[in-house]
Amino acid sequence: MPTNANRQFLDFEKPVKDLIDEIENARTRQEKTKIDMTDLISRLEQNILEKRKEITENLTSWQRVQLSRHPDRPYTLKYIDKMTSNFVELYGDRNVKDDKAMVGGFTSLDGETVMIIGQQKGINTKMRQLRNFGMANPEGYRKALRLMKLAEKFNKPVITLIDTPGAYPGLEAEERGQGEAIARNIYEMIRLKVPVICVIIGEGASGGALGIGVGDKVFMMENTWYTVISPESCSSILWRSWEKKEVAAEQLRLTADKMLGFGLIDGIIPEPVGGAHWDYDGSAQILKNYLIPVLKELKQMSAEQRTNTRIEKFGRMGFWEEE
Amino acid sequence: MSKQVEDFDANLAGEEGKTEETKSSWFKRIKKGINTKTSEKKETPEGLWVKCPDCNYICTISELREHLFVCPKCAYHHRINSSEYFEVLFDNNEFIELFDNIRSKDFLDFTDLKPYKKRLEEIWSKTDLKDSMRVAEGKVNGQGLVIACMDFEFIGGSLGSVMGEKFSRAVDHCIAHGLPYMVISKSGGARMMESAFSLMQLAKTSGKLSQLSDAKLPYISLLTDPTFGGISASFGMLGDLNIAEPGALIGFAGPRVIKETIKRDLPEGFQRSEFLLDHGFLDFIVARKELKNKLATVLELFKN
Ligand SMILES: [Zn+2]
Repeated sequence: MPTNANRQFLDFEKPVKDLIDEIENARTRQEKTKIDMTDLISRLEQNILEKRKEITENLTSWQRVQLSRHPDRPYTLKYIDKMTSNFVELYGDRNVKDDKAMVGGFTSLDGETVMIIGQQKGINTKMRQLRNFGMANPEGYRKALRLMKLAEKFNKPVITLIDTPGAYPGLEAEERGQGEAIARNIYEMIRLKVPVICVIIGEGASGGALGIGVGDKVFMMENTWYTVISPESCSSILWRSWEKKEVAAEQLRLTADKMLGFGLIDGIIPEPVGGAHWDYDGSAQILKNYLIPVLKELKQMSAEQRTNTRIEKFGRMGFWEEE
Repeated sequence: MSKQVEDFDANLAGEEGKTEETKSSWFKRIKKGINTKTSEKKETPEGLWVKCPDCNYICTISELREHLFVCPKCAYHHRINSSEYFEVLFDNNEFIELFDNIRSKDFLDFTDLKPYKKRLEEIWSKTDLKDSMRVAEGKVNGQGLVIACMDFEFIGGSLGSVMGEKFSRAVDHCIAHGLPYMVISKSGGARMMESAFSLMQLAKTSGKLSQLSDAKLPYISLLTDPTFGGISASFGMLGDLNIAEPGALIGFAGPRVIKETIKRDLPEGFQRSEFLLDHGFLDFIVARKELKNKLATVLELFKN
């Protein structure tokens, strides 16, 4: 986790940054003058907590999107590291290559083996390139499917952590069948015999997210979004301008509370005050505590019950009029 | 190319495109001539003549119709709608339309440059279409088949709740009557005005295909120009047979987005049917004139 000095701030997080700067100043003055500032500092720290809470209480949809993309936000491998033990990362689709935008492997969650798969974004400029900003190619989706099938064979539950601005729209991606790869995953996931839990931990953009997003239970973390298109692309297509992303975000109803209200997800997982980027241990602990009882519940169903319920659940989604 | 690409987005936004290939306005004139639902519209002189966007050959609509809307000179396949496909495929153009009582609803109160509700009302008043997909049961050279066919002129053939629901009921109908299923795709992708509900149709339809598969009934996916986004990322690519008309533009991401991403020009023939066949994603390409007989042969081979 970044130290306070290395933190990055969104524009609406500025009041928190100011308080952090004030603490730094107080410490510097304390060094120089040898006057005890402990009281002031602890008061300021308390203010920071309150400010973090205040900021996230009244966010617009677009600000929520910004939080989901916060550069300090924890990614898939961070959650795996903090929630589980004995993680063995598995690479490759056994066909073309290893897609670094999609990671996965067996690991132990609360003493039980699970398969965790997710998109992975880079933590610095170099890694962001290597991870392709979390935009998987077809081989990423095929790697994910290979790992899901492996889990199915050994009767281990699958947990997917979703965080992608979309499947990669590249030339080679099309040559190797990006559409087919995502379609195949959706088709296979809906009939996978083991329990499947999907969690949107950051960005849930369209087919790129759904390609690892079909499960018995689908959750969204508090500061994430999930819909059919990014607000920017939606703005450019429907409004013919890149400037309407805020309105598009609002119109798309892409936040966790809206999605839960529509019955398109099964629950919202809270984040530490101000967002997951303030406390990696805290976020991972909340997620872990959330997953364990759900897994237990799903394991009590038979494979057939689970797949039938899954097909029925997605089968109910939609709205129309009948004459 | 670039102009055509722009229009592709326009269609998905529910607007008319500007190039010959994407606007299909000549086609609408024919429709009104047939249906005369909304008043008037004697066919305008331009409406009687069609210029091939590929070779510029000019012929009358009736000549084009005789050739199943394939250019008599260069074999360019003009875009046609569900009623033309039903006519091309079903014996004597006899079929029973199914689930035509379902139509879209603006559940989200979605407004872009125009409210979704208004957009829907405008199309309903201009055409006889209820939504972007029609389902029908009929016979192809004597063999029963259910066809679900998209209509591109209805918000770019976009995939929303109604298409998902009709698709699902069509699968149930196939299972109940032991019939094979064919989907004819022609779509810009998901219907953005239905937000995440449209995305979930990918999972909904895949679940139904899984049931069709368990019933051991064949599913044929015919991809026509253009087929993109949510369609190719779900049932479009999940056929027991994936087939396409010649020269159809088919892909996941649209050409404009790819071009902007990779910052170079796309190769000739990129994302065309022939390109997909070469890369192993199609079982075969079939010309519209051969479609019916080839389909009948395939259905017979599955059955016997
Ligand atoms: Zn021609």
